[in-house]
Amino acid sequence: MIPAGVIEPGGDLATLLYIVSFSLFIFGIRRGTHPTTARQGNLIAAAGMAIAVVTTLLLDGIGNWVLILLGLVVGTVVGTVASLKVQMTQMPQMVALYNGVGGGAVALIAWSEFRHAPAGIELELLIPILLSAIIGSISFWGSNIAFAKLQDLIPTKPIALPGQHFINGLLLLALLAASVVLCVNNNDPSEGIFIGILIGAAVLGNLVVLPIGGADMPVVIALLNAFTGLAAAAAGFSLDNVALIVAGTLVGSSGTILTLEMAKAMNRSVANIVFAGFGGAPAGGAAAGEQRPYTSIGPQDAAIKMAYADSVVIVPGYGLAVAQAQHAVKEMADALEKRGVDVSYAIHPVAGRMPGHMNVLLAEADVPYEKLREMEEINPEMPRTDVAVVIGANDVTNPAAKNDPNSPIAGMPIIEVHEAKQVIVIKRSMSPGFAGIDNDLFYLENTDMLFADAKQAASEIAAEIEKL
Amino acid sequence: MELIVEITIFVLAAFVGFEVISKVPTTLHTPLMSQTNAIHGIVMLGGLIVIGYSDSILEDLIGTIAIAFGMINIVGGFLVTDRMLGMFTRKPKEGAK
Repeated sequence: MIPAGVIEPGGDLATLLYIVSFSLFIFGIRRGTHPTTARQGNLIAAAGMAIAVVTTLLLDGIGNWVLILLGLVVGTVVGTVASLKVQMTQMPQMVALYNGVGGGAVALIAWSEFRHAPAGIELELLIPILLSAIIGSISFWGSNIAFAKLQDLIPTKPIALPGQHFINGLLLLALLAASVVLCVNNNDPSEGIFIGILIGAAVLGNLVVLPIGGADMPVVIALLNAFTGLAAAAAGFSLDNVALIVAGTLVGSSGTILTLEMAKAMNRSVANIVFAGFGGAPAGGAAAGEQRPYTSIGPQDAAIKMAYADSVVIVPGYGLAVAQAQHAVKEMADALEKRGVDVSYAIHPVAGRMPGHMNVLLAEADVPYEKLREMEEINPEMPRTDVAVVIGANDVTNPAAKNDPNSPIAGMPIIEVHEAKQVIVIKRSMSPGFAGIDNDLFYLENTDMLFADAKQAASEIAAEIEKL
Repeated sequence: MELIVEITIFVLAAFVGFEVISKVPTTLHTPLMSQTNAIHGIVMLGGLIVIGYSDSILEDLIGTIAIAFGMINIVGGFLVTDRMLGMFTRKPKEGAK
């Protein structure tokens, strides 16, 4: 019934089809780098994947159909349902989760290959198997921790053991030593040691990601994404599969670039994120516990300030996203524009939780693309802005990043709202943001605090503006 | 395939990856990461291959989970990327570049 076994594994036809498939990946990624062609690019890459999967299913030697179908169906259903149901705000953790299962798949495949390793397996097969097991397992567990942190299942604050780096270093050495032992005894490699390696890598994945604060999580996810790509490439070496080698390597290198760009947007080095994490140093600037005066206002005052301004810049942050306030904010902006106020949105490179995340959320609320201004573009205009409205953003507006060299976020690029004539901060409480530090902005003379849920505040302000 | 040929392919693919992704607008970082994330779901092919020579219940289990995981990675990854990008393309404005 199923025309299985019509393509010879490793034969010219299989290789040609794989070449078509990875060409579509490259083309798809390329198209994915331009706003107008990105969606098409994604479809092209998906088509490449379809070709690769069908080709493999038709290979001679593919069997165990019941289980194959079971796996394919379960995976398709879970992936489809999860993707259609996930809220746009939860996108970063969704990507983390998909990355994790990919890494898990690599580790499991490596295990299965190891069990079938012939006595005296060549090192050119055994080494890639070990690499994919180690990297895959790290990626699986690291991504799960990243997911749990973003989903608030575990505290987003850094969790670190004393001597953490020492322990991690020892663990890594132990993994390498165990791998060497397996390579030396390649006549009869012990499965016990192999399982030990899988577990050790799992522990390492946990230990490396746990101490990293939530603010750095996007960079970690990007890095783990690149890792999973490399693990897939290693699996390609051991399985002699050119599609895996090329696709995995593409993801590994493009993922590395994305990681570096994201880290650059936060003015952090990747090494610094992986090996340090916020919270190690005591918060510079304002000491914790110190009470400083601030001004608190209600929606009516906020509405008056905005309605009689010439220009209003809205600075959205993650708080806007969790409150699902994008539609209410759009209403507020519409009410202001009706009165002739010039409204624009200042988007920090990592607003939301990932580069570009905020743009997606605002696009969902039909905010015109031209209204979204990048940080570099809007900062020079800040001194001429009448009112800057910060909604659910915190660290990315903290002037300490510019003014206080001792601050943990010193040097991070910020949206310079403190330069605006007036600032309104809509926030639920005075609690600090992801970086866990106090924000000097809240205590400035021209700053007013409006304590409320972002969505509720925006609709109330919109209603008040209409009344004026 | 010869190891040295595979290494050649690996190195060239790495450079292609670096080149193809340079100078991307920030807006597209998240969708692009999500798309490359879906592409590494290709490891699912490995699951299809190894389950073919499974000779124990343990390996059946490992293989099935690997295939399901890989498929979640592929299907979920591409779908979620499409949803994200759908938000940008819904309202093409004339004149907007």
